[in-house]
Amino acid sequence: MAEKDISRRIFIKRLGTGVAGSGLALSQLSAAVSAGKDDDAGEKAPKDQVLLQLTVNGKAVRLHIPASLTLAELLRDRLNLSGTKVVCNHGECGACTVLLDGKAVYSCHILALDAAGKEVLTVEGLLKGEELHPLQEAFVKEDGLQCGFCTPGQIMSAYALLKQKPHPTPDDIREGMAGNLCRCGAYPKIAQSVLAAAKSNARAER
Amino acid sequence: MNQQFEYINPQSLDEAVKLAGQGSVYAGGTDLLGLMKNDIAHPQRLVNLKALPELKAVERQKGKGLRLGALVTLNELAENEMLQKDFPAISQAAGSAASPQLRNVGTLGGNLCQRPRCWYFRGDFDCLRKGGATCFAMDGENKYHCVVGGDGCYIVHPSDMAVALLALEAKLEIYGPGGQRLLPISHFYVLPEDDPTVETVLQPGEIITSVIVPEQPVGSRSVFVKFRERSAWDFAVVSVAAALQVQNGAISGGKIALGGVAPVPWLDKKLNNTLAGTALDENGINKIAASALTDAEPLEQNGYKVILARNMIKGVLQSLAG
Ligand SMILES: Cc1cc2nc3c(=O)[nH]c(=O)nc-3n(C[C@H](O)[C@H](O)[C@H](O)COP(=O)(O)OP(=O)(O)OC[C@H]3O[C@@H](n4cnc5c(N)ncnc54)[C@H](O)[C@@H]3O)c2cc1C
Ligand code: SF4
Ligand code: FES
Ligand code: FES
Repeated sequence: MAEKDISRRIFIKRLGTGVAGSGLALSQLSAAVSAGKDDDAGEKAPKDQVLLQLTVNGKAVRLHIPASLTLAELLRDRLNLSGTKVVCNHGECGACTVLLDGKAVYSCHILALDAAGKEVLTVEGLLKGEELHPLQEAFVKEDGLQCGFCTPGQIMSAYALLKQKPHPTPDDIREGMAGNLCRCGAYPKIAQSVLAAAKSNARAER
Repeated sequence: MNQQFEYINPQSLDEAVKLAGQGSVYAGGTDLLGLMKNDIAHPQRLVNLKALPELKAVERQKGKGLRLGALVTLNELAENEMLQKDFPAISQAAGSAASPQLRNVGTLGGNLCQRPRCWYFRGDFDCLRKGGATCFAMDGENKYHCVVGGDGCYIVHPSDMAVALLALEAKLEIYGPGGQRLLPISHFYVLPEDDPTVETVLQPGEIITSVIVPEQPVGSRSVFVKFRERSAWDFAVVSVAAALQVQNGAISGGKIALGGVAPVPWLDKKLNNTLAGTALDENGINKIAASALTDAEPLEQNGYKVILARNMIKGVLQSLAG
């Protein structure tokens, strides 16, 4: 076969960036070397690790990590906050959405070190004790999910949206949540859940 | 796959330049991390520009125009009310790029320097742009590839910002080991015939510090429109940016830039020569649209882009006329 004659099947097999892409986790790259300067109080970092300090769901966190760790890997694998899901690991689907200093970001597509000194809010951080956040409640009440795998990311995106626009129009919701895909296609009920949460917020304000 | 990298927060621009000589400049990371995950980039060192707050300013000085720091995020550009009012093409391009989450992180400088999205390039193919011997797109899946300016490699440049900035005749302030230089954005991108392995003229260690947009003449209007296959996030199939001056119903000056048609953000010569003096009525608009991409040589699957681009130009001119 000439090198150029690539069948469709081989073509698809060898693609790297589909939504269900085959991107390798960055932490599978072998260990990273630290800049070395970050350590305070003369504390020695383990080989190939860097000190990271940040706030996660209101709690101060301080730990040593390889530079190649993504924020999603930090949350899930090191801090056991597995509410944040990783689906594409490529910045394309939104399942891993968390808030970084109040803004929605894809946690799979930034490095944990990018969050140094900042505040991270994950879906776990929305709970008040046992009590669900109004957005979480709305998703349950309005059936805003099917398999539920995209839901934590949808909720975090909606949270960021409602913070900025407490009374969103359906268009605001479509635009504000365009970075979150749902493979079950539950979009109409997701939008309905966000609207319902906004309404119940408005009632609570009165 | 065996990569190691160090992550450094430089203390100054000079330190960043020195360190970047043997590493990669790292801004939001939304493109670079994708390239690393796909085994296309293997930087030894990431020089984190976010540590340099001086690159985050948006300033406007009388007579000097607009200065946008390279680290301003796409979302900051999209939401800036001054830009929405006086440079709408910039805020429209920023607001239509990627998704809300990526716009919160992705920066202007990174957007201009992102690498192409050609699926062979991003996938596991050793193509010409990666130093291999052939282009797989030329006779392969080339629906989204270029219709003009391709020579050996047929990418389209993916940056929406570059198209808007080209129409506005912006300049890039670049700082590097040899000092500072100011380069019109029309000289920043490299065609495959000159070098199929790079997209820009940036040398190792060089950093874009800001983008300078000249103040537009009175009576100017700018607009950016983008056609994508779905209304959620997607790259442009074709985009059109216009920054035009209109007097007494006719165009008196300005430029139209095209995205999604060429390996670089594209200033079609014939199209731009047809603008000045042409009336913005039906005849004039048809004449201008027909002058676009007359030298196009589409590949097997992408001839539709020529028609699409001409129709989008018509739409843009109609909106500026109305
Ligand atoms: C799913 C997805 C969809 C997207 N859709 C669009 C779209 O529709 N339209 C669009 O235009 N873009 C799109 N993008 C691209 C996105 O906008 C860019 O990835 C982003 O703007 C890059 O900015 P960054 O700061 O994250 O760059 P980084 O990833 O940090 O850097 C990108 C490159 O630029 C270099 N670099 C960064 N800053 C500088 C500087 N100041 N000087 C010199 N070199 C520098 C880096 O070394 C690197 O090579 C999309 C990306 C993804 C992942
Ligand atoms: S168009 Fe360019 S990047 Fe794509 S396969 Fe051909 S040579 Fe590679
Ligand atoms: S897991 Fe898909 S965007 Fe992060
Ligand atoms: S509910 Fe299944 S992916 Fe959204």
